[in-house]
Order: sequence, then structure tokens, then C-alpha cells
Amino acid sequence: MSVLMPDVNLSLLLPEIVIAVVAMAMLLMAAWAGDQGNRSMVAVVAVSAVILAGGMTLLKGGTAAAVTTFSGLFVSDRLSSFLKILMCVATVLPLLLSWDYLKRHRLDEGEYFVLTLCALLGGMVIASSGDFIVLYLGIELMSLSVYVLAAYRRDDPASNEAGLKYFILGSMASGLMLYGISLIYGTTGSTLFSHVHHALAEGHGVGPALHAGVILVLAGLSFKIAAAPFHMWAPDVYQGAPVSVTAFMASMPKIAGFAAFYRVLIDAFAPLHHQWGPVLQLIAIVSMVVGALAAIAQSDLKRMLAYSSVGHVGYALVGFVAGTPLGYQSVLVYLSIYLFMSAGAFAVILVLDHAGIGEKIDDYRGLAQKKPSLAFLMALFMFSMAGIPPLAGFIGKLQVFMAAVQADLISLAIVGVLTSAVGAFYYLRIVKLIYFDAATDELTAPIAGMSRLVLLVAAVVVLVWGVFPSSLIHWAESSLKI
Amino acid sequence: MLTLVTFLPLVAALVILLLGRRDEGGTARLVALATSLLTFLISLIIYAGFDPGKANFQFVQEVSWIPSFGINYRMGVDGISLPFVLLTALLTPICILASWQTIQKRVYEYMIAFLTLESFVIGVFCALDFVLFYVLWEAMLIPMFLIIGVWGGPRRVYAALKFFLYTLAGSVLMLIAILALAWQGGTFSIPELMALPLSFNFQVWVFLAFFVSFAVKVPMWPVHTWLPDAHVEAPTAGSVILAGILLKMGAYGFLRFSLPMLPDASHFFAPFIYGLSLVAIVYTALVALVQTDLKKLIAYSSVSHMGFVTIGLFTFNQQGIEGGILQMVNHGIVSGALFLLVGVVYDRLHTRDIVKFGGLALRMPVYATFFMIFTMASVGLPGTNGFVGEFLILLGAYQSSKWVAVVATTGVVLGAAYMLWMYKRVVFGVIRNPEVEHLSDLSPREVALFVPLLLLVFWIGFYPVPFMDLFHVSVQHLLVQTDVNKMAMMATAVLP
Repeated sequence: MSVLMPDVNLSLLLPEIVIAVVAMAMLLMAAWAGDQGNRSMVAVVAVSAVILAGGMTLLKGGTAAAVTTFSGLFVSDRLSSFLKILMCVATVLPLLLSWDYLKRHRLDEGEYFVLTLCALLGGMVIASSGDFIVLYLGIELMSLSVYVLAAYRRDDPASNEAGLKYFILGSMASGLMLYGISLIYGTTGSTLFSHVHHALAEGHGVGPALHAGVILVLAGLSFKIAAAPFHMWAPDVYQGAPVSVTAFMASMPKIAGFAAFYRVLIDAFAPLHHQWGPVLQLIAIVSMVVGALAAIAQSDLKRMLAYSSVGHVGYALVGFVAGTPLGYQSVLVYLSIYLFMSAGAFAVILVLDHAGIGEKIDDYRGLAQKKPSLAFLMALFMFSMAGIPPLAGFIGKLQVFMAAVQADLISLAIVGVLTSAVGAFYYLRIVKLIYFDAATDELTAPIAGMSRLVLLVAAVVVLVWGVFPSSLIHWAESSLKI
Repeated sequence: MLTLVTFLPLVAALVILLLGRRDEGGTARLVALATSLLTFLISLIIYAGFDPGKANFQFVQEVSWIPSFGINYRMGVDGISLPFVLLTALLTPICILASWQTIQKRVYEYMIAFLTLESFVIGVFCALDFVLFYVLWEAMLIPMFLIIGVWGGPRRVYAALKFFLYTLAGSVLMLIAILALAWQGGTFSIPELMALPLSFNFQVWVFLAFFVSFAVKVPMWPVHTWLPDAHVEAPTAGSVILAGILLKMGAYGFLRFSLPMLPDASHFFAPFIYGLSLVAIVYTALVALVQTDLKKLIAYSSVSHMGFVTIGLFTFNQQGIEGGILQMVNHGIVSGALFLLVGVVYDRLHTRDIVKFGGLALRMPVYATFFMIFTMASVGLPGTNGFVGEFLILLGAYQSSKWVAVVATTGVVLGAAYMLWMYKRVVFGVIRNPEVEHLSDLSPREVALFVPLLLLVFWIGFYPVPFMDLFHVSVQHLLVQTDVNKMAMMATAVLP
């Protein structure tokens, strides 16, 4: 007698369940909570839930070999754990930062936190997806939440515009991806990553339709991480969205996007590396060049950081192009480092927001005279983003280029270093404004306790990983060992 | 020991940071001076413990740093790197003393930047791991960028950005070359890579990548244009460090990496290096001749003098290379002193325009004497250190190629022309500028700056043997390395 036991192992999903349950509970809490006190409660619950989920992921650690459930739809391994922990950190840091900002701008309704948690949930599902449909669900859950967050300042036309733009372009990208998935399903007969991998390794269904499908999926994913030439939305959305949302958007969805790349490229498309490698290489090169050149002309810091993130995405993609274990590992390292640099830079912007400034590059003129410690930290993050040793940003770039050289992609590495030299210019421009120019006015911006904490954490991480990166590298390395 | 000498200044910088901003910066000054003197003392102890009879690296330390990639914290010195460690440790206290009164704005940050700079620069000369070397080589840009940009002259922002971007653009290609080398050799250890057989093609590419990076730093013509700007705008002590030490890093790079690791490519490119160096010697000497700004004149003379150094290094003979190393040390001492001298009058008159001077000898006799001695050393008068270095280089160059020696000698003549003419216009003659009337002579603090440099000028000038002995054996070893035909090694390595 054979009873078909459903393959369900809910223990693997515990972190996701925590987030989902808390998000739903918070929706109710927010509906009942009217006064300020309860609102802070919602924020505390949200942050604790994310920390709890992250902690559970960390403790579980994941096994070396992938464990699947729901008949292979959901995958849990060390890689997914690593990515989920990064996403939790990338959610907590902006949440801590925005606390003060949200209160000041009366944005601290419960929905804000619910949406953030939903986005995180989507990201975590992406990291564990074992099937194109699950992947798509995760991406949509995350994207829809972030669209709404971008438009969260209802009274601000710029925010509305950002949300709408993001939504329209994002839906378009999702549509492309979905079409790509249907082509892949049509040619290989499955949406399960492992089946697709198997079919491709056997050479089943390889033909123009499949290639079109692969390229459409890559294009859709590139949109999500804002890799050029699919980056057009990023500057406008970064600029228009509330700063606290931009801080969130700059890291969590990006990491989730890269998680999707990991799942799709390694689990499903690995046998076609010679096909998608050149495509990604092109995307990486264009991203690095656009990131380096377009950022120069910006006068808005959020726009500049948008272009700079395009560049960073380009560098991280170099690791995928290499397609070697070192390459995959270097992407993890790059993302971990980028997350903290980005959180640090946005922390500074949010502190200055208290004085009503911080979004224009000119606002930083003479900051060193007004706020020496804040100025020092901003300079630290800028030098790190420029990839100047001994800061962590350098380690990220070093490893990516190492992977490129090892995979015999010397020309790609050369483009990378040259664009990073060009890109150094606009980071230096910020440092120049901060240190070389004279201050024009007084500045009174108290640094809230939470921002202080985030600034400190980011600065310590940027310094410590810059000088002693071996633990991070080792962790990334072991996450990819199968 | 090397770790101590490298990171002591950095620790002191942290101490100043933690002490915080109290008084007007007096504490910061004292801590900085004391630390830099202590660093110098430790470097002398290293010198005393160094065995010049051995060609291998000494005081070697090795600690695992990033084990996944085989990147280690490896430090060590040989006869080629030790002189630069000593030079850096000597010039830094002098620089800090020179900034005692001129820097009144943000003293606290200034001292932190200076100590950090010292730390990184000493580290560059001690590093025996390529990644460690590169990290320090790049990291040094941050404090120097800030020193020029915050405490510099009117066009400091332009100069600082130009300095940073030129150097960065030059060195990123080196990073790729380092990674490629390490990938070939399976290690980042510099001594191990020196023995690695490499095909000629590979050597050529790596050489070119290194060349871009080092040539910008030296600087060689035509990538020298950042130097006059950076020098002119930097504060006095910044110019001293820039001319005295940072320029040496480029030449040190050729000496440490290009020659022993890529001997075939180095031989292949030697004529090219000669050509660029000769242009640098003659062209920048002519440019120096027409300068009206004192600092700019000395800056161009630096390019010209560094042209001699690069010729010396690529002669591939004992005299030439030893002359090159000695000339680097000499240039560090002499140009450092000259920039300090310019700083002295700039502090008093707030101008560097040669026309505004004249007749300084009447009001500042001690100053005029010091100025004359260092001018003569720069010109290469026998009895001063400049003569020994230039003589050895020309001797080496003559063995290698007569024409190179002949053309280079014109540079000596031109050098005498612009330096002496400058000296005449600044120091001699009648006083035309009424402000010169009220000038006071050197203060004891200022004299203290010049005396150690003065002693070295004559010591090396009359009896250079102790200095040459320091690197004699290492240079011999280097020559053995450059004579190795790595392509041939490659061919035999391929055989079963």
C-alpha cells in the first residue's frame, strides 16, 4: 500500500514563517494602534522579528548538501542561509536608521513595517527557490512591496512618481521574465531548476527558443538589480523615494536579485555557462562604465548613489561571469561589503535629513568643520566605495578581479579597474566637498541613538573587513562548498 | 621589529585621535614629534642589526593574513629597501618640525594624516607580499590627498584631485598585473615570484602594467604633469615628503619588481626607458629654467633628477644601479632641504615668486649659506652627495651606451644653469622688495631642520662607502637576477 506522502518539511521554512506571521499580525496591530506609543511597538516588533528570523537562519546554518522540501520547490542550503542572513541585516539596518526619520515625517504607520517585512519575505523565498514559479512568486512579492514603499509619501509628487515609474517598468521586466520562463518550460518540459539543469546537461531542448528564454530571464533579473542597460529606473526611483526607503532599496532587493542569479545560474543554467557568460559579461561591462561615467554629472547624492550602485552591481556580476567557485564566492563577499557601505552612506544622509539637508551633494560642503566625526565617517564610506585600501570596498573588488584574472578574463578585469579609477573621481568629489571646502552655514543635526549605532557598526565593519577579511572570505567560501 | 617601525606611527595617530581635540593642537604636535623620533630611533636599531653582507631579506616576519588566497602578512628588508626606510624615518620628524608653526589650522587632523602617511610609506618599503604592498601603496594616497587638499595653497583642490587620480589610474593596472603574476606563480610572495620563470610575452604585458604605475609615481616624462601642481600647492612638509619619499616609491618599484621579476622584458624595454629619461632630463631642465615660481622650479628639477635615477637603474651594471639608489637617497635629502628652504621664505614673505626676492644674503646670511650648500649638492658639485650619485650613474650609463651618457651629461650642465641662476636671483643682488628689508634669519628650530641634512650631504659627498656598503651585496644579487634568462628557464621547465 503506497500512500503518497506529501514532501513537506516545515522546519526548513521556520524563518520565513516567522516573518510571514509577524507581518500579518502587525497588519492587525497597526489597524488597532492609533496613538504614538503603539506605533513604536509595531516598529519594535518588526525589528525583533527580522532579528529573530536572521538568528534562526544563522543557528540553523544550513547543510552542505541542499535539502529540499515541497518536492524540490524549496531549497535550503548554506548558500541560501548566507543570503538570507545578509537580507535580514540589510533590512534591520535601514529600519533602525529610519526610525527617527519616519517619526519626523509621520510615516511610521504600521503598513510601512508590514511592507518591509513582506519585501524581506519575498527575498528569502527567492534565496530558497528551487523552481521558476517559486522564484517568480518571491520576486513579485518583494517587488510589489517595494513599489508601494517607494510611493509611500502620498503627499509628495516625487515619491508618487517614483513608485509609479518603478511599478510600470518593474512589471514590464516581470513580464519579460515570465515569458522567458514559459519558453524554458516549453523547451525543457519543467520549471524545476534541477530538471532544467538535467535537461540542459543532456542537451535537451537547446535551441533558439531556449536561448531566448534564458536571455529574457537574465534581462528581467538584471532589471531587479539595476544592472545597465536595465538601470533606467534606478536614478529616478532612488531620488524620488523617501530616503529611508532608498536606504532599504539600495541593499535588500539587490541582494535578493543576486540570490535569484545564484539560483538560476548555478542550479538551472550551469551547463549553459558558455552561453550566458558573454551576455552577462556585456551587462557587467556596460554597468561598470555607466556607473562610473553617469555618476559624475549628478548633483543629487541619492541619484549619484543610484549610479554608483549600478557600478557596484557591475563589479559583482564579474564574479558570475567568471563562473568559477572563486567567482561565485567573490559575489557573496562583494554583496556583504556593499551592504554595510551603503547602509553607512545612507545613515549619514538620514542624519543630515534632520536639518532638512543631505540629499544634495552641495549640502556636504564643509561638513568637516561642522560635524568632524560624521564627516570622517562619510569620507570613510566614500573611500571604501571607491575601492581604496585598506577599506573593505577594496577587498570586494580585489576578489572579483582575482576571479576574473583566474578565469582568463583579463580584458574584463582591465575594464573593471579602469572604471573604478574613473569612478573614484565622484567619490573623491564628496570627500573634497567635506574636507576642502569651507562651510557656509551652521548645522544643527542631532545624531539619533539608532543612527549612531548603525554608523558605528558600518564603520567598524568597513574597517575590520578591510584589514582582516579572512573570516568573511572563509564564511563565503564554506557557503558555496557542496 | 619591522612591524613596530611600520605601525608605531599609525598607533600614535590613533592615540591622537582618541585624545581628542584639546588645546590648540600642542599635544598632537608633541605626540607626533615624539613618535616620529622614536620611529627613527627604531629604524636605526634595525640598521644596526642589519647584516649588509647578506643579500637575502632580513628581519622577515610572516603571518597568515587571508589564508584562502595564500595572502600573508610578509615583511622584510634587504639592502635595497632599508635605505628608503631610513630616509622616510629621517624625513618625517623633520617634516613635523617644519610644520610646527606653519600649520595652525586643524593641527590635530594634520598630525594624524602625517603619521598615517609615514606608516604606510614605511610599510610599502618593507612589504614582501604583493597584496600587502598594493594595499599600502594605495592606502598612502588617502593621507597625501588630504594633506594637499586641506592644508595646501590656492589651487589645492585641483592639485589634490589630479595627484590622486593620476596615481590611482596608474596603479590599478598594476593590480591586474599582480593578480596575473600571482595566478601564474601560485603565490603572492615577492621573493618567490622573483624566481618564477615567465614567458617573454607575459613579461612584456606585466612590465607595461607595472611601468604605467611606477612611471606615474617617479614621475617620468610625459606623465609628470601632476607633480608641479601637487608640489606647488602642497604645504611645505607635504612637498618634502612628496619629493623626498613618494617619488622614490616609483623607482623602488622598478628596482624591486620590474628588474628581478621581469629581466627579459626589462632588457627589452631599457632603450625605451632611456629615451623617456633623457627627454625628462633635458626637457624638464629647460622647463625649470623658465620658471618664476621657486617651488615649481624645484619640482621640475626633481623630474629631471629622477630621470638620472631611472637611467641608472636600467644600465644593468653595478655602478649604474648603485648610483641610482644613492641618487634617490641624495635627491630625498637635497630636494627635501630645498623645499624646506623655500618654505622658510614663504612663511616670511608669503610669496614664492623669484622676482620678489633678491638680496636675501644681506638680511639672512645663515639662510643663504644653507641655501648655497644645498644648491651645490643639487647641482652635483664634487664634495657633495649629488656628485657621487650622478657620477656613478653616468659611469654606468657610459658602459651601457655612450650616447645616453653624453646626452644625460647635458642635463647636468642645464641643472647647474637653472639652479645657480635661481640662487643668484634669490639670494644675491640688491634688495628691491621693501619687505625683504625686515626679514629675520633662521630661528634655532629652523636650523635644527637643516643640520642633519647638511651632515648627510657632506658625509655621503666625502665618504659614501658606509652607505654604499649597505646595498652593495643586494645590488650584486639583483644583477645576478637580472642576468637570468627567464625565458630559457621556461624552456627547460617545459622539458620533461
